[in-house]
Amino acid sequence: MSPYNYLYVAGLLFTIGAVGVVVRRNAIVVFMCIELMLNAANLTLVTFSRINGTLDGQVVAFFTMVVAACEVVVGLAIIVTIYRSRRSASIDDASLLKR
Amino acid sequence: MLEIQTPETIMFWILAPVAVLAALGMLLVKKAVHSALLLAWVMITLAIFYIAQDAVFLGIVQIVVYTGAVMMLFLFILMLVGVDASDSLTETISGLRPIAITAAIGFGGIFVSLIGRATIGHKPYGLEFANTNGNVEGLAQKLFSTYVWPFEVISALLVTAALGAMVLAHHQRTIARPSQREQSIARFRTGSLGGAAGLPSPGVFARHNAVDVPALLPDGSAAPTSISATLKARGDMLESQSFELGEVDNTVTEEK
Repeated sequence: MSPYNYLYVAGLLFTIGAVGVVVRRNAIVVFMCIELMLNAANLTLVTFSRINGTLDGQVVAFFTMVVAACEVVVGLAIIVTIYRSRRSASIDDASLLKR
Repeated sequence: MLEIQTPETIMFWILAPVAVLAALGMLLVKKAVHSALLLAWVMITLAIFYIAQDAVFLGIVQIVVYTGAVMMLFLFILMLVGVDASDSLTETISGLRPIAITAAIGFGGIFVSLIGRATIGHKPYGLEFANTNGNVEGLAQKLFSTYVWPFEVISALLVTAALGAMVLAHHQRTIARPSQREQSIARFRTGSLGGAAGLPSPGVFARHNAVDVPALLPDGSAAPTSISATLKARGDMLESQSFELGEVDNTVTEEK
């Protein structure tokens, strides 16, 4: 087995996450799909770090994790704020810019 | 030179399909809680992949930060927001799903064929040399020399995110909170005296007194306001009629 197989898995996970963002309607599930995409990118970074024999990829993956944690905190706070004013966690209902 | 041992190969061919299936299941299951549990499973699998690829520190951080903190936060928000119609899998924008799936197959196909054809110019090295002093020591060396400026910026980002979440979660009242007396007066001014005593309590007395059964109105119909809307949306409501008294002994025995 070659380490490139991990890249195929990462690509599949990223694609599934992208479909989830488009298809699902619950804002929290959409957010979880974004997390899946970030995780797939992290797997790519770790695999390339191993292929290239340097730790730089792992450091960048570590930074990605911190950014993802920040994003989760702010994003979930936004979802809760929208839910509080509109009583719905569906992304179809937040369409104020359309009207 | 990187030599991949047989245990890692076996681990990969067991866990990789499971991870992809769990990610697919995340899209297909109806309830958001099940999606969260499947995502937690994908994240644990990725942590095992990291540890197998000599990224021990990142594997542990993955478990602690993602499955520990982030997924708990997701479950917590799911609990706050509750169940509503957004869980349904029906398509609201017509034709969106076929387009999304076609685009995904195209993107995935390009991605996979790209990796299949790309060459990196050298054989995979492996991390034996980089990890000679230990993975954590190597990462610390990088983090506090080459990447010290991004590290500082990231810490500023964390503080900003914490502040932002506090600002967003803060709820400022635009009108004064109504006092108990004002609430009481408002209840009597609704037009009917029905709401003056508060909502009816759930349960059919003597047969089934739990919160999942609506109370009965004097005419025998169920009172919809007597049970929580969440239970109704979740489908956990029972019919009051199923607790009707079938045969009541109406005969009066005279005491002697």
